[in-house]
Amino acid sequence: MPQDASKATGDGYEPRIVAFFCNWCTYTAADLAGTSRMKYAPNARVIRLMCSGRLDPQFVLAAFRRGADGVLIGGCHPGDCHYQEGNYKALRRFLLLKRLLASMGIEPERLRLEWISASEGDRVQAAINEMTADLRRLGPLHLATPDQCDVLTGAWIEEAPLMEAAR
Amino acid sequence: MSKPKVGFYWCASCGGCEEAIVDLNEGVLKVVEAVDIALWPVAIDTKRADVEAMPDGTLTACFINGAIRTSEQVEMAHLLRRKAGVLIAFGSCSHTGGIPGLANFYERESILARVYDTTPSTDNPSKQRPQTKTAVPEGTATLPTFYADVRTLDQTVDVDYYIPGCPPPVRLIVDAVTALLEGKLPPKGSILAPNIALCDECPRRDSKPDHLAIKEFKRPHEVIIDPEKCLLEQGLLCLGPATRSGCDAACISGNMPCTGCMGATDGIRDFGAKALSALSSLVDAREKPDIERILDTIPDPAGSFYRYSLPASLLHRRMPTNGNGGGVQ
Repeated sequence: MPQDASKATGDGYEPRIVAFFCNWCTYTAADLAGTSRMKYAPNARVIRLMCSGRLDPQFVLAAFRRGADGVLIGGCHPGDCHYQEGNYKALRRFLLLKRLLASMGIEPERLRLEWISASEGDRVQAAINEMTADLRRLGPLHLATPDQCDVLTGAWIEEAPLMEAAR
Repeated sequence: MSKPKVGFYWCASCGGCEEAIVDLNEGVLKVVEAVDIALWPVAIDTKRADVEAMPDGTLTACFINGAIRTSEQVEMAHLLRRKAGVLIAFGSCSHTGGIPGLANFYERESILARVYDTTPSTDNPSKQRPQTKTAVPEGTATLPTFYADVRTLDQTVDVDYYIPGCPPPVRLIVDAVTALLEGKLPPKGSILAPNIALCDECPRRDSKPDHLAIKEFKRPHEVIIDPEKCLLEQGLLCLGPATRSGCDAACISGNMPCTGCMGATDGIRDFGAKALSALSSLVDAREKPDIERILDTIPDPAGSFYRYSLPASLLHRRMPTNGNGGGVQ
């Protein structure tokens, strides 16, 4: 899949964060941050879910696969879930997914979970700023997937040629 | 009218898939009554040149088992794609990478170093490594290239159908061959197995409580397993909730938990992520330290959830540490 030039070369690299925010707390907090004119890094693309419990671990992996350098999950504080239990489920999945990502050689900073209530716009600002700084330090995530790695060397390339050509 | 021709071929595999065809028992006689087996390296002596000499499309169907790791396997996959009308990925390795796909947790160089240098039984003082070309008195001897990672068949060539399983259950093989001969195959890309989770056909289904809650995961050797009760309820890491059925719950019937060889049901992109999701929902704790304590009892989450499907997963492999997968010799 095509990537922008900054991803390929590392020059002028801007981290890309996919942020999954729950409708009732963190997404509303992001709204508040906006209406309160809080400035924060423009590196996050927010996707609204009804609940952090809706977060299928596949979403996280798919975001990485499609070029995200980091994934941020935002949900209601424990005890505050609009659906009672969703954020506890999210926490369990997150903690197990962290372990899986460690086995896959992916740095822990690339996946982050924050409990942010609707009134905490400043915490959205802080989380995105901190994560952007972390990812800037780590550099781009270059997954060695079949469409983006050289079959002989495993080196990351922007678009890998078909396998028959590689002898 | 001459009988339709079929081929069986193997790539990175253990031979268990060949065994599965032998397990058809007398059924195999019906198969050879209906078709000519034109290629089957384990049983008949068809050479690669014979396959190359066939006109394209000669084989009505070709069943390929095994994952793809070497240049020879890639060449054979492309060759058989041309020769076969219907190309079927046969078994977990060909379908999702299988056990050989676990090599994607390691880098190419570390695999070669282990095999040719450091295993206790290795005696290789001159540090010889296999070479793709070696001069010998008769000319040049060649070996296939060992690629940087393990891939599935459909990451290599266009695949028409999949028969999952490690190895595929006999019933599914019979159904697939029957559908092929009767021209009743489903749409291209289908997985030729039921599209329901194993829990749905599990013989212990009735013993599964409404709310499963796991306080500690146990490994099969650590407990005496009750042969009647739901294995998840006993704390065993059973992947039945995430795994496609079609195996008649063979492992469960043998009192062992499902390890997920049949892969996911339709619409799931990443089996391991889905298995992780299903299992973590059952963890009976709310506070982080309590959850971590329970998760500590799963010794190798990535290896357990991707046992058969690492190459097919969204991440495909462990990140190479030096960004180049260990390089080429």
